[in-house]
Amino acid sequence: MSRAREQTASASVEAEQGSDGAFRLVLSGRLDAHTTAGAWREALRLLEGAAPGRAVVDASRVDYCDGAGIALLRELRRRQDARGGELVIEGLAEESRSSLERFEDAELDPARYRRTVRHGPVERAGRAAVAVLQDGRQQVEFVGELMVAMGGALARPRRLRWKDVFALIEQVGANALPVVGLVGFLMGLVMAFEAAIILQQFGVEIFVAKFIGLSLIRELGPLVTAIVLAGRSGSSFAAELGTMQVNDEISALRTMGLEPVRVLVVSRVLAAVAMMPPLTVFFDLAGLLGGAFVAFSLGIPLVTYTNQALASVDLSDVLGALVKALVLGLLVAAAGCLRGLQTERSASGVGRATTRAVVSGIILIAVASGVFAVVYYYLGI
Amino acid sequence: MNRSGEALIRVENLTAAYGDEVVLQDVSLEVYAGEVFAILGGSGCGKSTLLRHMVGLHEPAAGRVLIGGRDICRADDAQRRRILRSIGVTYQSGALFGSMTLLENVRFPLEELTELPHEAVDTIAMTKLRLVGLAEYAESPPAEVSGGMQKRAAIARAMALDPEILCMDEPSSGLDPVTSAELDQLILELARALSVTFVVVSHELASIYTIADRVAMLDKQARTIIATGTPQELREHSEDERVRRFLERNV
Ligand SMILES: Nc1ncnc2c1ncn2[C@@H]1O[C@H](COP(=O)(O)OP(=O)(O)OP(=O)(O)O)[C@@H](O)[C@H]1O
Ligand SMILES: [Mg+2]
Repeated sequence: MSRAREQTASASVEAEQGSDGAFRLVLSGRLDAHTTAGAWREALRLLEGAAPGRAVVDASRVDYCDGAGIALLRELRRRQDARGGELVIEGLAEESRSSLERFEDAELDPARYRRTVRHGPVERAGRAAVAVLQDGRQQVEFVGELMVAMGGALARPRRLRWKDVFALIEQVGANALPVVGLVGFLMGLVMAFEAAIILQQFGVEIFVAKFIGLSLIRELGPLVTAIVLAGRSGSSFAAELGTMQVNDEISALRTMGLEPVRVLVVSRVLAAVAMMPPLTVFFDLAGLLGGAFVAFSLGIPLVTYTNQALASVDLSDVLGALVKALVLGLLVAAAGCLRGLQTERSASGVGRATTRAVVSGIILIAVASGVFAVVYYYLGI
Repeated sequence: MNRSGEALIRVENLTAAYGDEVVLQDVSLEVYAGEVFAILGGSGCGKSTLLRHMVGLHEPAAGRVLIGGRDICRADDAQRRRILRSIGVTYQSGALFGSMTLLENVRFPLEELTELPHEAVDTIAMTKLRLVGLAEYAESPPAEVSGGMQKRAAIARAMALDPEILCMDEPSSGLDPVTSAELDQLILELARALSVTFVVVSHELASIYTIADRVAMLDKQARTIIATGTPQELREHSEDERVRRFLERNV
């Protein structure tokens, strides 16, 4: 719309006393979405300031009236009705009059169509409990289906869509190397630095290497790598499957007689499980490198650092950590896929599924790490 | 068309609900082998819902759906798979796999559900794409073709395994009149030559008069079928005002 027109076009509202003593509201000019906004409050104020009873709206000087103008007239009439008065609209052009009369006011009240019934606290609690139970049931079912499907895939590996698996391996594994490496390096650096400050007081800086080796390889490697996996891949699995759900692609699979778990989830879980150990090793190496920087600046020769770091762990530590990495990868990928398949059919549903995937992934990581700590303690690893 | 035999698809007193909201109540219908059965009705009256129940995507709140005499929701896994493999379904949205090209989409059911060799799969998939006029877009991803083309590719995918039953949700919406007429011809050809049974949700009256042997009309207020019969029968003899009005518009 041209600026000139915006400036010249305007609506005005005036109040006057009619010859019969009735309150008259004179509208004039152009009533469109832009100009009506200014006139709206003034018109309502004038009407409500007048004595209740009969009031007249004179619209004969309105030269353009669209949906916004009609809404104003409707509102004026509604307010006047609510006060027990009567509103007569005079001089309104024929086509505006017919759009004003086309619908009853009551028809246009959204409250009339509101669906969400307000539940009391007891019922809400009940529904929440049912939702939790249902989610639990779905999780158990999903785990069952996934185990059957994984078993099937192992029994008949030729049926697997290997092309998909390799693409996923690249996406889950290779593309994650930079961020895993960076996080590992910085964590090694910071931890070594903090540890060095304390160890120096006792003159045993050399233990920096032991400390880094032990904590990174045994604990932090699988843990942090799994968290990165949850953020990068768990979320992307959920978004992909969620979008497929919204687009009816999942329905299409089902009506082909194919199980989404077998076709979509197995390849993703396999890719994640296959990539977790190498990513964890890469994380450990990057962390050791970060620690090496600190050690070097403390004057510890690199050879000593390496020997100390490697001596701090034995084979069972390394294998234990890699098994843990495998399991965490499985959990994170499965959680991402499950949340994706549970998506409600909307764009915001996909967003929620992604959030839920990461949250569930991290919770599972925490719980599983606890279980591993206990089990490994009793196994003496 | 053989109506003396048992119905191929039988919907018995189906009630469909989303949560507490009942969309369809007590719907019964029969589709016979080899016929083209159309489901009509205004927007939002539950046509897609009915179709989704007929292919076993949703479990009925009450009643049941029998395909070839088997309840699709109570069948065991193997039976269910067998039933589903005899049905091709297209969705209102197309529902192509976004990460695959059109050709890969059509190849997909062939690869997953048969042991056919690579070359056979290619030939079959290309034939289907050619049938819907999309051979030259075989290597495009769905996102790079128009909405109508996605619809046609979805039809090609649904036909990949030459199913006995093809269920289509608004196959011709979004198609121009010429393409839409070609699709009608294709449906008639398949119905006559291969005696494929069609269940088609459609709004296009012209196409309904051309292809449909029988139609069932759903109504939003009644939440059920208010009339069944041949399109001509319903237009000329229906006692129901709503049915005649629907079928007379722009004919
Ligand atoms: N997933 C859903 N959750 C809740 N209600 C739904 C859902 N899907 C459909 N409905 C409701 O069910 C009714 C029927 O929907 P349906 O999609 O079957 O209509 P339709 O006849 O296919 O309409 P159209 O011609 O527009 O495709 C609608 O009123 C809709 O509000
Ligand atoms: Mg529909």
